[in-house]
Amino acid sequence: MSVAPKREDYDVVVIGAGPAGLAAAATSAEAGLSTLLLDENAGPGGQVFRAISSTPVTDRSQLGADYWVGAELVQSLRASTAEVIHRATVWSLDRNLDIAVSIGGASAFVKAKRVILATGALERPFAIPGWTLPGVMTAGAAQTMLKSSGLVPDGRTAIAGQGPLLWLLAAQILRLGGRIDRILDTTERGNYLAALPHAFAFLTSPYFTKGLSMMREVKAKVEVVSGVTELAAAGEGQLAGVSYVAGGKRETIAVDLLLLHQGVVPNVNLAMSAGIEHRWDDLQLCWSPVLDANGSSSVAGIAIAGDGAGIGGANAAVVRGRIAARAAVEALAPAAAAKLPALATLRRDLAKAERGRVFLDTLFRPAPQFRIPSGDTIVCRCEEVTANDVLESVAIGATGPNQLKAYRRTGMGPCQGRLCGLTVTELMAQARGKTPQEIGYYRLRAPVKPITLAELAAVPKTEEDVKAVVRG
Amino acid sequence: MTTNVDAIVIGGGIHGCSTTLHLCLAGLKPVLIEKDYAGRHASGVNAGGVRQLARHIPEIPLSIRSMGIWEKINDLLDDDCSFESHGQVLVAENEEELAVCRARVAELNALGFTHEELIDASELRRLVPAVAETCPGGVVSRRDGAANPAQTTTAFRRKAEQLGATVREGVAAGNIRYSDGLWHVDVGSDSYAAPVLVNAAGAWAGKIAAALGEPVPVETVAPMLMITSRVPHFIDPVVILRGRKLSFKQFKNGTVLIGGGHLATSYQDRNETVLDWKSLAISARTVFELFPVMRGATIVRAWAGIEAKMKDDIPVFGPSSRHKGLYHQFGFSLHGFQLGPGAGAVMAELIVNGGTQTRISDLGIERFHRSAAR
Repeated sequence: MSVAPKREDYDVVVIGAGPAGLAAAATSAEAGLSTLLLDENAGPGGQVFRAISSTPVTDRSQLGADYWVGAELVQSLRASTAEVIHRATVWSLDRNLDIAVSIGGASAFVKAKRVILATGALERPFAIPGWTLPGVMTAGAAQTMLKSSGLVPDGRTAIAGQGPLLWLLAAQILRLGGRIDRILDTTERGNYLAALPHAFAFLTSPYFTKGLSMMREVKAKVEVVSGVTELAAAGEGQLAGVSYVAGGKRETIAVDLLLLHQGVVPNVNLAMSAGIEHRWDDLQLCWSPVLDANGSSSVAGIAIAGDGAGIGGANAAVVRGRIAARAAVEALAPAAAAKLPALATLRRDLAKAERGRVFLDTLFRPAPQFRIPSGDTIVCRCEEVTANDVLESVAIGATGPNQLKAYRRTGMGPCQGRLCGLTVTELMAQARGKTPQEIGYYRLRAPVKPITLAELAAVPKTEEDVKAVVRG
Repeated sequence: MTTNVDAIVIGGGIHGCSTTLHLCLAGLKPVLIEKDYAGRHASGVNAGGVRQLARHIPEIPLSIRSMGIWEKINDLLDDDCSFESHGQVLVAENEEELAVCRARVAELNALGFTHEELIDASELRRLVPAVAETCPGGVVSRRDGAANPAQTTTAFRRKAEQLGATVREGVAAGNIRYSDGLWHVDVGSDSYAAPVLVNAAGAWAGKIAAALGEPVPVETVAPMLMITSRVPHFIDPVVILRGRKLSFKQFKNGTVLIGGGHLATSYQDRNETVLDWKSLAISARTVFELFPVMRGATIVRAWAGIEAKMKDDIPVFGPSSRHKGLYHQFGFSLHGFQLGPGAGAVMAELIVNGGTQTRISDLGIERFHRSAAR
């Protein structure tokens, strides 16, 4: 059964129960602030710790020690007074800190003195020819099935792309007895050289040894093709094969499942719809919110923690969550802040957690041809708009993503730009010889997740409405 | 550097773009100055209603003039603007409302206007089969319809540019002044000079008028709209209600636009609006009651565009009452989109010929300054 929020006003509302949200909500509640944690999933954990309280996978080594760190976070949250509501979809947040949330088919409105957004990351769009075919899915979706239900691929499977999560997923699939026929690594050869100057920091980061052993573990069992420069999924109404070029040589293999992944980017929809300023991040190639050292955004009272603040990984997310919550406590109950870990300590923790990030960002910077599609490749799957369609619109006067809506309806479908936004920005920037920052992004509006008309219609009546009925 | 042109148009909404285009058609070289981009505000994000129905009487002649252009919009712009003409229907939900409709149609007929037609329950049901059984009738304007507002505004802008207009987007018009018989306007480090200045700056036009000594009672508003996921086709005409704030339109792709004039809070200086979901819930409830077929649809997005609303709900249109060469074209008060094509044509006639056959005499800015003039 679904439970509506107990109050209309809270000191702190945290949105998202991944590592950042769990840490933020626990910190805020422990300091005595009335705290509400709203989360879209069935249980705590976000994507990194998905199904941490319910996963059927019991052998701890299969999901890795890092996964089970989540259990401790959940424990400290549960020990606090924070009110936690799962299956709660926040569909509107504005600069007045008014929040609309859908819980069990009914919407409630709450108001916060402080909001901490911990909505995490999304997988970067990976628009190759055929990426919309049934049988092609994102690595993240595969990982969700794996963590929640212990499901792993058993047909002919290829994984294509790059990034730490790709190797983690591959290792998890193999440990659970799943099948991977080939890994097509799209990391650009030049990236190794570019990343070299940052290698020292990485060598001393916790990612290094773990990452290396994971790659070794996977490479021992699966054929890995590196230096893939072209990639296309093919099939008639259903994926039949994937063809690729590596070292100048084209090859096609028959597969039933193709998992795509080229890193994650901040999930900006709720933050942008609240009017928070974002800037193009030239290293991570995505939009990141403009934040101060405490995670406070350009909208007074809203802070962002976790990967939504810029990709930093789970360890950094936890610390950023604590820092944002600490700032809220400082503002609302300064006396209680004294009992929390000192800011200097948290900053030190963050620096440690972020060590090696630049190396990863540089090494796993996706190649242009996988970010900026061409020809008939679909860019916007909601409206079936191709790269050529976008270029044609640019030629007749579309200057940015918002103008493009008028020509092609890109970003106006149910995904609200999540699957096409970055592609459209970069494609238009390239076509117009501008920077992505100059080209901009879709203006995002609530509801950031669709709600039914019936649900909105059931929202409690206002006085004006009562009068209208009397008159009518 | 100062560039001499024939006319300076401030504001890249449908009105500024249309006037710029019509000036080009008359052989002039205008410059259009838009602080954001054409169609950024109300002109690009309104409900797209192409409506003669239920208009204030003083603007009906302009609306009729405009309708003629809409019906040949493709010839003018080489763009169909997604204009479709399935009529617009005003629904009376009870006998009392129907009586008001009857009186209105009679009044229009007496004035010689025939575009509004009273309909009974069976004709209403024929036009809008999905409407609730209890509605006794309404009014239809059969030539009305809807278009895609962003596409339309963009098409006007594009065509104007093709015909020789200079379009300056992304920089606000500044330092507006009159000297030696010319209007001067700065755009960043550039300046333009022209004998003619058109103030079509929408929500920002009131400030310009006031700075030029013609203050008018205008406020900035942001009417909200929301759009649903695709639902099976069930309605052709645009539907508006007589008694409640609702307008309703299904697009060819199945999505349904729900509007009606509930207002968001606008932060004009930031180009930003904050939606009022409790008001949108009222619209949702009205749709829920009137169109059971919509109950399972999902709301995909809601938004609001910033625009100017006059105290008397009638636009300010025509020459300045104080300055030579200055023309006003703003304050369309939530119903300016349909007027755009015609208003641009008439404005060009005023500028080029010094007069027009279209009756606009009740729309002038002098209506706010009569007592002062005495």
